[in-house]
Amino acid sequence: MTTKNKKELIVSAIENGTVIDHIPVNAVLKVIKILGIDAHQDEVLIGMNLESKKYGRKGIIKVRNKYFEKSDLNKIALAAPHATLIVIKDYEVAEKIAVQIPNTIEKIVKCINPNCITNNEEMDTKFSVIEKEPLKIQCHYCEKTMTNIRFTE
Amino acid sequence: MANLKGRNLISITDYTKQEYMQILELAAEFEANPRQELLKDKVIASIFFEPSTRTRLSFESAASLLGAKVIGFSNPAATSQSKGESLHDTIKMLSAYSDLIVMRHNKEGAARYAAEVSDVPLINAGDGANQHPTQCMLDLYSILKTQGKLDNLHITLVGDLKYGRTVHSLVQAMCNFNATFHLVSPVELKLPSSVKMHIKRAKLDYYQYTNIKDAVAVSDIIYMTRVQRERFSDPLEYEKVKDSCILDLATLEGCQESMRILHPLPRVNEITTDVDKTQNAYYFQQAKNGVYVRQALMAAILGIK
Repeated sequence: MTTKNKKELIVSAIENGTVIDHIPVNAVLKVIKILGIDAHQDEVLIGMNLESKKYGRKGIIKVRNKYFEKSDLNKIALAAPHATLIVIKDYEVAEKIAVQIPNTIEKIVKCINPNCITNNEEMDTKFSVIEKEPLKIQCHYCEKTMTNIRFTE
Repeated sequence: MANLKGRNLISITDYTKQEYMQILELAAEFEANPRQELLKDKVIASIFFEPSTRTRLSFESAASLLGAKVIGFSNPAATSQSKGESLHDTIKMLSAYSDLIVMRHNKEGAARYAAEVSDVPLINAGDGANQHPTQCMLDLYSILKTQGKLDNLHITLVGDLKYGRTVHSLVQAMCNFNATFHLVSPVELKLPSSVKMHIKRAKLDYYQYTNIKDAVAVSDIIYMTRVQRERFSDPLEYEKVKDSCILDLATLEGCQESMRILHPLPRVNEITTDVDKTQNAYYFQQAKNGVYVRQALMAAILGIK
């Protein structure tokens, strides 16, 4: 086993499921909440403050027997813009996806403006991304720009 | 020439510079000949979820001059919304009864949403603190009429630059015309950085002042707005700055002869009444221009002109 493999096994391997890697340490709990991992019935392995060449310290989450939808990927990108999603099938990496902040965000974020129609009518929200780093989004409806992201329940 | 038939007007950024110009040219035609029964087979829904005398009457006057039938309401208490009906359902129903909807709503973003729901075009007559694009169009028309051009002008904006939506829209629109902006306000009510961003993106210049006197001589247009006492957390602060944004006869000394004063109205005391008699006062004519601009918009959106 190479040194690299040993490092990967600090958090033990899963047979099938998803590994979310390169999460900023302060966003690990946010990612768990956003993706509803806290309600997942199967095994979940969480690593925090792991060494990372790129980011210094990082977080990692391994979710057994769970694969995520594309809309979930967008959610991760908003909390952890450099995260990598690794799909594991039979202990092998089946797919590696670097999450990206989309140009538009639909449904998953709440507008911070209490007087925005989206907070007063039963409807979906929609935002355009003005700047990706640091993240700045604009409500499609009330046109308010915001840097503080709040996710819909 | 762009075809505006079927288009909505929700935000001032929805239209290009060429499209504004097209509307302003058409407004000049209506000013020369306001009574044209071009919309006599059309029904315009004028729906005002919050009270507005000036804007509503201006739209309804414009519709009447064009021969259109106007339906709608000006008191939300009398509508099914007061019984809990969603905006979605109200708009769906009204778009079945009319050819064009003119809507004012107290919630920001309501106009954009209503336009998505509606089967007929919609003109935003103000959505909360967000946009009031027809006011901006009539401001542009008034500037064009008084200065003979829109390009390369010195525009001075005075008063509440932080919360005034007409100021924000006018800055956005004038960024298309190589304007130089002079921003006069108390420190607490400075133009927000999100609006200054438009000026910076357009690579234009702006200067900030706290006293109107410093900007008068250079101005082609002075656009006045009201400084409201309730915007200040400390009443003493209001007392200190309230006179720095008042335009009176003495302040006008040294202004250019061609300079014109605009105000979206209602005025309280920020322009003293002795200014009304000067050749520089243009605010009442400006309000009248709103009718021609709204005629132009309705005719263009309904594909009649």
